[in-house]
Amino acid sequence: MKAMNEMSVSFLSVSSNESFARAVVAAFASQLDPTIDQLADLKTAVSEAVTNAIVHGYRETLGTVYITAKLYESGKISVKIRDKGVGIEDIEKAMEPLFTTGGEERAGLGFAVMQSFCDKVSVRSTPGKGTAVTLQKNLLRRVRSHD
Amino acid sequence: MGVRLLLREETLTARIIGEIDHHTARAVREEIDSTAQKIKPLHLCLDFTEVPFMDSSGVGLILGRYRLMQMWHGRVTLLNMSPQVEKLVGLSGLDRLVSIERGESNESHE
Repeated sequence: MKAMNEMSVSFLSVSSNESFARAVVAAFASQLDPTIDQLADLKTAVSEAVTNAIVHGYRETLGTVYITAKLYESGKISVKIRDKGVGIEDIEKAMEPLFTTGGEERAGLGFAVMQSFCDKVSVRSTPGKGTAVTLQKNLLRRVRSHD
Repeated sequence: MGVRLLLREETLTARIIGEIDHHTARAVREEIDSTAQKIKPLHLCLDFTEVPFMDSSGVGLILGRYRLMQMWHGRVTLLNMSPQVEKLVGLSGLDRLVSIERGESNESHE
């Protein structure tokens, strides 16, 4: 399926960019005229993925986080969040709810939130090379003709 | 981003202002804990009236404050969460550990 629109953005892995990242994806997704709830879900999922890249991928050292988002005629958005950090040894384990390497104040819910707030989440990772998380969500348009 | 603290009788209310994510959670945590550890209130009310967005960092924040309050057998209430925040709290199972309330903010309206 060919995307009808696409955008890319990259930024330093500093935590103040977490709000920038979710805001920029939400602004792009707004072209599909999603509901407020759908937009909130998307922002939450993006925030989780970007936080993972900053906290786990780069372990709070400085790197670059890359986001590419695509919009489709069907009303679907696909958002890929990529880092060139340490990668994940065991993706299945990393995706288990409550598993975290981030210390006591991290809830370990990042992937669980992405999965429950999006329609599809896929993860590709190579230890030592980096991680790419792709979120897909159907944003049905609010106004639809019924004929 | 900020926190306004108000102590009334045995209740410490922390009115959080702004989005809660990994970046902002630390300052909120430090602000609440420095006061809570000093006065050890029986009840900590986290007021979400002015929190338009939260991710799982907020769940960690709530869980951490719940654990702190447990040290002196205090309880935690979450006040006026938005639907987005409430959905996340439901997903985390935190609603089994803390009370959830809506209504008047404990803040005085001066």
